[in-house]
Amino acid sequence: MTEPTGGLNEHRWTMVIDVDKCTGCGACVTACYAENNVPVVGEEEVNTGRHMGWLRIERYWEGEYPNVRARFLPVMCQQCGHAPCEPVCPVYATYHSETEHVNVQVYNRCIGTRFCANNCPYIVRQFNWFNPSFPEPLHEQLNPDVTVRSRGIMEKCTFCIQRIRQVEEDAKAAGRPIADGEVQPACAQACPTEAIIFGDLNDPTSKVARLAHSRRGFKLLEDLGTEPAVIYLKGGDAHEV
Amino acid sequence: MKSNHKMSMEEWEDVVLARGEEELRTELLLVDPRPRREMNRMLLEAVQRITPGYVIAIAVLALLSFVGLFVAWGFQIRWGMGVAGIRRPVYWGFYIANFVFWIGISHAGTFVSAILRVFHAEYRRPITRGSEMMTTFALVVAGMYPLIHLGRTWRFFWMLPYPNQRFLWPNFHSPLMWDMTAIFTYLTGSTLYLYMPLLPDFAMGRDHATGWRQKLYRILALGWRGTEKEWKHLMTGMTIFAFVIIPVMFSVHTIVSWDFAMTMKVGWHSSIFGPYFVVGAILSGVSAAMGLLIVARKSLKLDYFIRTEHLESLAVLVLIFSLAWTYFFFNDYLVEWYGGEKIGHELIFLQAKGPMAPYWYAMLVCNIIIPVALLWNKKLRRSSVVLVFVALMVNVGMYLERVIIVTGFLQRNRMPFDWGTYRPSIIEVAIAVGSFATFFLLYFLATRIVPYVPVWEVHEGQLSHKIVRYGKAAVTAKTHIEAI
Repeated sequence: MTEPTGGLNEHRWTMVIDVDKCTGCGACVTACYAENNVPVVGEEEVNTGRHMGWLRIERYWEGEYPNVRARFLPVMCQQCGHAPCEPVCPVYATYHSETEHVNVQVYNRCIGTRFCANNCPYIVRQFNWFNPSFPEPLHEQLNPDVTVRSRGIMEKCTFCIQRIRQVEEDAKAAGRPIADGEVQPACAQACPTEAIIFGDLNDPTSKVARLAHSRRGFKLLEDLGTEPAVIYLKGGDAHEV
Repeated sequence: MKSNHKMSMEEWEDVVLARGEEELRTELLLVDPRPRREMNRMLLEAVQRITPGYVIAIAVLALLSFVGLFVAWGFQIRWGMGVAGIRRPVYWGFYIANFVFWIGISHAGTFVSAILRVFHAEYRRPITRGSEMMTTFALVVAGMYPLIHLGRTWRFFWMLPYPNQRFLWPNFHSPLMWDMTAIFTYLTGSTLYLYMPLLPDFAMGRDHATGWRQKLYRILALGWRGTEKEWKHLMTGMTIFAFVIIPVMFSVHTIVSWDFAMTMKVGWHSSIFGPYFVVGAILSGVSAAMGLLIVARKSLKLDYFIRTEHLESLAVLVLIFSLAWTYFFFNDYLVEWYGGEKIGHELIFLQAKGPMAPYWYAMLVCNIIIPVALLWNKKLRRSSVVLVFVALMVNVGMYLERVIIVTGFLQRNRMPFDWGTYRPSIIEVAIAVGSFATFFLLYFLATRIVPYVPVWEVHEGQLSHKIVRYGKAAVTAKTHIEAI
């Protein structure tokens, strides 16, 4: 639970989601399932509230009939700078990464108390109720860079940390800085309207750094003081920064 | 007394006083002494009272424990937590509610025994052992629930602080770690506190019992001979433990409440949860002790030791704690409601008008209306039928309270998209039934091994109490200053 000062490391990974651009198509959700080996649990389990998706699209209705408009809000782990899930874990399975400034979930440490899930105000943590199964042909496309989780442990959005790591290592090996837009989580990559933008807040020239100061910006449940690393944009002209 | 008119004034006074004395003797154990030999015999007969009904009860309880804890829990370990009814966002369900319930039950033993001992409440003497046994076995059952609740039960020891190849110390920022520490401390302390005053009774059994019990008592008595030094050490130890175990008891349920109160959840995040939980625990625990004592008295035929005066004293405690619980209940809900936060209102209306309403109102009837309506009346609170009924109802009410606090408040969150409901699955119900069966199994088995009444404490009390005449009245008097 360190304050995200950005002093220790050079990158502070941040996501900006433009709600005005989101069409609710669900491509990000699908991409996330594919990238992160999220198990598909079937209709019955989804109906009892046990879908495993790390990313969900919340739909809200705005206005009164007949002038109704659907609003879509993609919600994933907010990678809080002051995360309520972290201190309550008895075995340090969830903690704040000092190098990536994201909330890390260590699957092998988790014993499944589910305290973190109860204390998450965004309800974005998923629990493995059963051992995962990947019916054909899904078992052919498991991502080798991501662990398949066993029953009884928590998981959640990682900001596609495997991709962050890979880019960081490539850049380090080549001895060059990471270019803006080089790191792309699966959801951002799949978004057809470019509503999800990912980048380094510490890089003043990056797109997220400019968008972070937008007048349209807000954070979810900001008053709780959780300091999320996901910034939402809403209202006004979508093309205005 | 046909010839009253022929008696002189002095003789007549004697008769009245004798009647007063007789009434006191039937009412109060401590002024109705019997020879120590006879008391020993009554207790040793009690532990050997194995009737066909008892055997059947033990067999049924053993079967239920097996189904709950081996079949149902084993099934859950094999297939995953998904066989339970918990779901997002109700990540904690029946198991945690049961855990809090059993921790609550465990409070009465210490309350009845240590607090009443510290305050020199003489009526505690014959009922301490039965309550302390309840504490120990309730803690054993409560301690199973965090394990049952774990997603990976087989990794539970990762919460223990020991040097390991993971180079990882447990996270003592987590209320779960405080919880575990508090429960281990309380279990250790209360077991020792149960065992210490048992030593002279085991020695009594060793000297007077026959068969395998005598051999067992010989081991359990740890060579107690009853020397002056041993008694002195026992008395000192009891005094120290009585004082030390009280703050431990308060800490345990306060920390259990902190598992909830330390979170950011609306409804849980409340500074009143500590005392609210402690009072609720004592309410359910004391009434459970009252019920168990009545059942044990009947089953063991211990009417001489456990009398109406003891049960009535416990009933008064139940009444007081029912009112105290009411006070905390209104403090909790009224403040939340008046504060007017939207999510707080959602949570209260979920319970008062929504799907949880039947349980919520049943809880209020069981915890407030039934004990208050019945226990005000002296006649009613001296009836064991009424007291067993109140004990059952209060525990139903307190059980519902725990279910509502754990599962009710989780159903509504600040993010309305992920609201949910909860219903326990057959596996959760089977495990809950199994845990109840395990508790009663352990308790009833223990009643046939452990002398149910601390006979030396009763003896000690009888030696220091007698009836004296105060003017024309017969009153009890304490003749010696008590050892502690």
